[in-house]
Amino acid sequence: MAAMTGLERGPAVPPVRRAAGRPRVWRAVVFVLATAYFLVPLGASFWYTVHTPTTGVSFAPYGELVTADGFARSLALSLGLAAATIVLVLLLALPAMLAVRLFAPRLRPVMEVLCTLPLVVPPITFVAGLGTSLRVGTDVLAPTPFWGTLVAIQDPGFPVVLVLAYVVLVLPFVYRSLDAGLRTMDVRTLVEAGRNLGASWPYVLFRVIVPNLRSALASASFLTLALVLGEYTVASLLGYEPFAVWIVTVSGSKGQLSVAVSILSLLLIWMLLLAVSSVFGREKKK
Amino acid sequence: MTASVEFRGLRRTFGRTVALDGLDMVIEPGEFVALLGPSGCGKTTALRCVAGFEQPDSGAVLVDGKDVTNVPANKRDAGMVFQSYSLFPNLNARDNVAFGLRVRKVDAPTRHRKANELLELVGLPTHGDRYPHQLSGGQQQRVALARALALEPRVLLLDEPLSALDAKVRVALREEIRRLQLDLGITTIFVTHDQEEALSVADRVAVLRDGRLEQVGAPAEVYDRPATPFVAEFVGTMNHVAGNVSGDRVTVLGQVLPVDGPVPAEPSVDVLIRPEAVQVSPDPDGTAEVVAASFRGASVRLRVAVDGGEVLADVPGHEAIRLGAGTRVAVRLVERPVLVAPRTVAAPAPVAADAV
Repeated sequence: MAAMTGLERGPAVPPVRRAAGRPRVWRAVVFVLATAYFLVPLGASFWYTVHTPTTGVSFAPYGELVTADGFARSLALSLGLAAATIVLVLLLALPAMLAVRLFAPRLRPVMEVLCTLPLVVPPITFVAGLGTSLRVGTDVLAPTPFWGTLVAIQDPGFPVVLVLAYVVLVLPFVYRSLDAGLRTMDVRTLVEAGRNLGASWPYVLFRVIVPNLRSALASASFLTLALVLGEYTVASLLGYEPFAVWIVTVSGSKGQLSVAVSILSLLLIWMLLLAVSSVFGREKKK
Repeated sequence: MTASVEFRGLRRTFGRTVALDGLDMVIEPGEFVALLGPSGCGKTTALRCVAGFEQPDSGAVLVDGKDVTNVPANKRDAGMVFQSYSLFPNLNARDNVAFGLRVRKVDAPTRHRKANELLELVGLPTHGDRYPHQLSGGQQQRVALARALALEPRVLLLDEPLSALDAKVRVALREEIRRLQLDLGITTIFVTHDQEEALSVADRVAVLRDGRLEQVGAPAEVYDRPATPFVAEFVGTMNHVAGNVSGDRVTVLGQVLPVDGPVPAEPSVDVLIRPEAVQVSPDPDGTAEVVAASFRGASVRLRVAVDGGEVLADVPGHEAIRLGAGTRVAVRLVERPVLVAPRTVAAPAPVAADAV
């Protein structure tokens, strides 16, 4: 009613505009600052890789990188390791967490501590222990048929031992993500409703729990992927050459090349995460 | 499709708490039985034993005479509606209802048709495409009911399905559950702590206390002839008024009434009287006085001071105006047989959880 008199219209409108305008300005400022914070170093790095004062602009370092021996092999190895780690850690952690929630809620703090432990153990300690275990294991298992198994898991073509190590390393992150996801639903009631309707345990797990845990599973997968693609210490000290180790090896003392490799791997991981998130996002819509 | 259910010596303890302490009961095919009791009396545990979510320490659950105690939950023929909202959040109402059929690998057209029929049955024919978060609490419980009925179970288990709903919806839905149950003739076990709910829908009400059956009977029987003082106090409100027995009659508040049931040897007894059996009328020369009146719409509950104590009385709501606090009144008891119990009170006193 007040707006129709015409008198109030004048003073009524500007406060609204000002209220909307002020946050917009701040939003822009924050956005510009954040963008600069991320893009300036990236841009500077990129400029460094393509521009040499003597020869001018050239994309040679990137060409050199992609054609360098081992690029595809190490990248494929890293992706394979990441995929295997994601599958294994989820298959291990999710049923275990559900079982603890449903049948032994009192063990939850114990499980939480156990799953967080890898976070406080430095990777260097971890890999030293792993190396010792493998050596001792070789000696102990030499007369048994398991010796073959021990050799097989250390196959440089696809070192299963790295997958096992990464499963331990990502456990804290996966546990956190899944725990957050499980907290958002009444797991017990949903499981009981599923069981009551005739569903077997695997059916309940894959048709009731997993679909409602999509975003948690996605974030667990992101973190695992990012960690495995960037992991250097364990792989290097155990003598394998996934992507991160290869980057260090190939760039060596060539300044431009090593920076180019960083930018490339950043882009790559970014694109992978985008792909993973869009896959999960599409399933959700469906 | 309907079946009998039998509890045989059911016992279950959780650590030190005894949830079920030798529960024996038979539920006839097609019967609607309400398990009523305060929280912690074991009623939900008994229901979960039928569903297979709880294993009794000893005793057995029989469905149609067959021992199902060791049958896993997903192989039992019992549909359940839970207290908390239990619809699968990732599925719409139709797919929720069809979930059980999908587990049994029923083809898609059949299960959709069936799900739509059931949604219509529970009064939500147009809500099939909605997701649980788009439905109200009452609608969610309706869908959960349809989902439980989709597999045409022989037993329907209702675990306080109405307790999360607001009063109006609760009453409407409980009547609908009863109507559906009568239509389908399905054996139903309904767990509740709300005595009004239990009395209004069940064929028989079973009152549980500390994991044991106190009384089981038709609602009117449990209300009018409580077998134990606990039942008398838990189901409805009961006045305990001091009285004196002589022969098969008892003198109480100056009236002589016939005694219902066995007459105790001890002459001084508690006479159990429902508030609605106490008639109150204004009388300037009356010996009693209204202490407090609480208006409840259709009725007024009065706290009346009588000789040496107080009684509760329910009178029609329109009498509130002439029966305010401080009014001198005359108290009369309805002429009908009354229950007596061994003396616990020296003076008349109301005993009830929801006393004024």
